[in-house]
Amino acid sequence: MATFKDFRNSIKPNWCPGCGDFSVQAAIQRASANVGLEPDDLAVVSGIGCSGRISGYIKSYGFHGIHGRSLPIAQGVKMANRDLTVIASGGDGDGFAIGMGHTVHAIRRNIDITYIVMDNQIYGLTKGQTSPRSDVGFKTKSTPEGSVESAIGIMELALTAGATFVAQSFSTDLKELTSIIEAGINHKGFSLINVFSPCVTYNKVNTYDWFKEHLISLSTIEGYDSSNRMMAMQTLMENKGLVKGIIYQDKVKPSYQDLAHGYSKDALAKADLKMPEEKFNELMAEFM
Amino acid sequence: MIDQLSWKVGGQQGEGIDSTGEIFAMALNRLGYYLYSYRHFSSRIKGGHTNNKIRVSTSETRSISDDLDILIAFDQETIDVNVHELRDGGVVIGDSKFNPTVPEDLNVRLYAVPFTEIASELGTSLMKNMVAIGATSAVLGLPVESYLEVVEEIFSRKGAKVVEKNMEAIQKGADHFNELSGGQIDGFQLNKADGKKRMFMIGNDAIALGFVAGGVRFMAAYPITPASEIMEYLIKKLPEFGGTVIQTEDEIAACTMAIGANYAGVRTITSSAGPGLSLMMEALGLSGMTEVPLVVVDTQRGGPSTGLPTKQEQSDLMAMIYGTHGEIPKVVMAPSTVEEAFYDAVEALNIAEEYQIPVILLTDLQLSLGKQSVEPLDFSRVEIRRGKLDPKQELPVSEDKDGYFKRYEVTEDGISPRVIPGMKNGIHHVTGVEHDETGKPSEVAANRQKQMDKRLRKLQSLRFNVPVVKQAPHEEADILLVGFNSTRGVIEEAIPRLEAEGLKVNHAHIRLIHPFPADEMKSMIDRAKNVIVVENNATGQLANILKMNVGQHEKIKNLLKYDGNPFLPSEVVMKCKELV
Repeated sequence: MATFKDFRNSIKPNWCPGCGDFSVQAAIQRASANVGLEPDDLAVVSGIGCSGRISGYIKSYGFHGIHGRSLPIAQGVKMANRDLTVIASGGDGDGFAIGMGHTVHAIRRNIDITYIVMDNQIYGLTKGQTSPRSDVGFKTKSTPEGSVESAIGIMELALTAGATFVAQSFSTDLKELTSIIEAGINHKGFSLINVFSPCVTYNKVNTYDWFKEHLISLSTIEGYDSSNRMMAMQTLMENKGLVKGIIYQDKVKPSYQDLAHGYSKDALAKADLKMPEEKFNELMAEFM
Repeated sequence: MIDQLSWKVGGQQGEGIDSTGEIFAMALNRLGYYLYSYRHFSSRIKGGHTNNKIRVSTSETRSISDDLDILIAFDQETIDVNVHELRDGGVVIGDSKFNPTVPEDLNVRLYAVPFTEIASELGTSLMKNMVAIGATSAVLGLPVESYLEVVEEIFSRKGAKVVEKNMEAIQKGADHFNELSGGQIDGFQLNKADGKKRMFMIGNDAIALGFVAGGVRFMAAYPITPASEIMEYLIKKLPEFGGTVIQTEDEIAACTMAIGANYAGVRTITSSAGPGLSLMMEALGLSGMTEVPLVVVDTQRGGPSTGLPTKQEQSDLMAMIYGTHGEIPKVVMAPSTVEEAFYDAVEALNIAEEYQIPVILLTDLQLSLGKQSVEPLDFSRVEIRRGKLDPKQELPVSEDKDGYFKRYEVTEDGISPRVIPGMKNGIHHVTGVEHDETGKPSEVAANRQKQMDKRLRKLQSLRFNVPVVKQAPHEEADILLVGFNSTRGVIEEAIPRLEAEGLKVNHAHIRLIHPFPADEMKSMIDRAKNVIVVENNATGQLANILKMNVGQHEKIKNLLKYDGNPFLPSEVVMKCKELV
């Protein structure tokens, strides 16, 4: 059986020292080993940005696509081979700005993949511009007088879009993050995991200390029930979205693959491509 | 007796014009006639003039005709818009409900038949189109029973009574017409057809069938005119093979989802038209850079922007060849008949996998939607070639320090060994960033050059069956006619007329747009005094490609049409004579 070390390669990430993304990488590697995966069974699909490089830093099949499109690529991989475990990952700009259309539709489509967002509320690789997760008033290179646009409440949005697994975590809580990713992988359907992963270079507001001060763990809320969508929404709104843990999970709804009419139970990638001649003649006859 | 005839039915969109034409054409196709139909329609569901022009012939035909023999009109607008197409002595049959009139200066025969009234008497005015079909049969001298098989197929699930009523409507239409005309009128009786069984299909049907036969098991697409039929066919058929179709949120998702699925080893396609292709451009570059096979259908329609969504045009040529930033190897194929569209769909899948590149299968609205008789297809020609991929292969442990597979190994032909996720010892990285042989990002100059050369080298070994369809009987021709996609039919029809006027005419129809078959075209151009490039666009894109690749600018002339309508044979003949 593979251990988390088998998911490591020798490539040194080009992230800044202290970047939150290191822990997300480690958590994915640990979670993959913990759920019993072998590196060949895992495909990590990532977007563009600092965090998008993650597909190259994990030893598994990796696909580093184009900006904002990790989700459609990852869904394509899963539809082609349902035996694979597919993780999509990227930053908040990748997923909630340029890729927002895909995020909402991947949520409502509910294909069985896990989407891990490294949310630092800033554009890092392009050197410090505002993100759709930046708070109002946040000063960046592109908002020198402070952002005037509202920040997207992504967890709330996911709930209204019909999400079946919504979780949030913080990159320093390696243990909790690992167990949430495991739960996401094991969830039968689309799982969205938003991870606060501070940018130590360009975001001087939402720092490690800031999150420690503001984030509330759902485990401290008495009677919190992650199967209660209404409670999930209310808790998010009461706490301005700053909660961590599994916020909502629907364990009943079948995944897209289980609902798609005629879709094979076996991996399509293993199917025979040739059809019998009689079948072809039958198809031709339909046009006669 | 005549060998071919043109028939048109027109009315308001949404009142059964399409099904009138469809039933008429299907019945005649069953009798062994060659059919060619072209619909004039608008981007709306109800209302607005629509018509369906159908050509019936005892020999193969791939073009609409210059004139019209019979016009069936459900409203006066149909007559006003189309009556000038009628030949001398042509027939108009209008619903007496609207008191049809024809201009006095035209020599056409008008018959007012109570389509709606007869249908209503039989139970429902919906059957007015069957009455019209009956009247048509009387003109052609076709027995009413010719329609029985088709009517049964369409209406049998609604019960025997409905079949009977519809047949009665046809009979009454025929009877009424015979009463009005006082018996058969001369000049409209078709010679007997050969009775052979042929398919009756649009180009999009052939492409979709080709994809299913060629092993496509997944499709991601977004609806658009005139491409949606491909998606609709696969939605119906793929579940029979365990596959499925996802209707995505947009064309960017469609294209990137197709890339993801192809990367994972399933033959996956997407299809769209100009606006969708514009959105896919970045993803095409990803396919080229990551060497993930991809087939995209572009069914050209009137551009730019939303343009003329339901009209014929061939103006995506340059965008398909050059679209996406940077430089990638890409193949652009352009079938010119429905049969070719089928075989090319299969071949596009093979080329994409063998060369690990994006392939654009280019059609145009006339080819995609023109419904016509097609000879049975040859299944023995359906090959599945996956190139350097064998999903069942057992791979040795890699010598790379991380155990990564050299997915982008620099090879002589530029094509690297391919593996798919899930294979043991096949782990590698895929990225749109420049990368080394294992797919790890690399900006090293020497590596960049090697990988760039490797990718672009792949097309040097491209084998393509019949890149140019040549009909070149003349060692030295007065005119070489050049076209691509659906203009094949109109050019083939113009040639005998030009030859009859003493001109020697050769024809080259280009099926491989990129990489351009320059040598083959050069030898054709060398043998011609004038080269006339026939294309449905305003800037002469194919002519420009020809000039770029072959030169001889002084010989190359444009014959353009970009008003949204397909060429007529007479237009090609007339303009050719003007140009030489």
